[in-house]
Amino acid sequence: MIEPTVARFHTGDTVTVREAYPIGHVRTPFYIRGKRGVIERLCGAFANPEELAYARPGLPAQPLYRVRFLQRDVWPDYAGQPGDVVEVEIYQHWLEPEEPQR
Amino acid sequence: MGGLAAGTVEPTEHDYALWEKRVDALMMLLSHKDRRLVSTDELRRNIESLGAEAYDSMTYYERWIHAITQTLIQRGVITVDELGRKIETIRVREAQRD
Repeated sequence: MIEPTVARFHTGDTVTVREAYPIGHVRTPFYIRGKRGVIERLCGAFANPEELAYARPGLPAQPLYRVRFLQRDVWPDYAGQPGDVVEVEIYQHWLEPEEPQR
Repeated sequence: MGGLAAGTVEPTEHDYALWEKRVDALMMLLSHKDRRLVSTDELRRNIESLGAEAYDSMTYYERWIHAITQTLIQRGVITVDELGRKIETIRVREAQRD
């Protein structure tokens, strides 16, 4: 049994999604890359879908977080309530500790 | 989708064709834990590899059968040659039926 990768973030931590565009099967939506959000919860650890997509085991399992973003930070022309949020589930290797909003 | 500009979503109801139900059943059987011949992520990768034009012109289950077939070839479960010969056999059989 291969132990899951240790979770490095905790609920409430501010994180920035890596802005990278590799080919392959990536579960991190394009629209959220480069954005800054807050860890809402740790969902658990799961085999890496980027590896599963090529019939490999995807181990060690990667921590998956639900990350909360302000809609107005995600969409420049967002016209809804200023406190509206979008929550996206993102694997740990796509997250970096807080960095200034790009 | 994916943050791209798009129009309004207009939900519609439709009945599934027999072949669509068969594609769904095929995926369930291939991905079953006793076989694991196709993973959900392989299916998604092969659908994403379609290219924008093909993706937009194909229906939901057309994308699925394309991706299932690609995965089975990539894994060596079937060969391109076997697939081509089988399709030709069926084509001849159906032509004789008409």
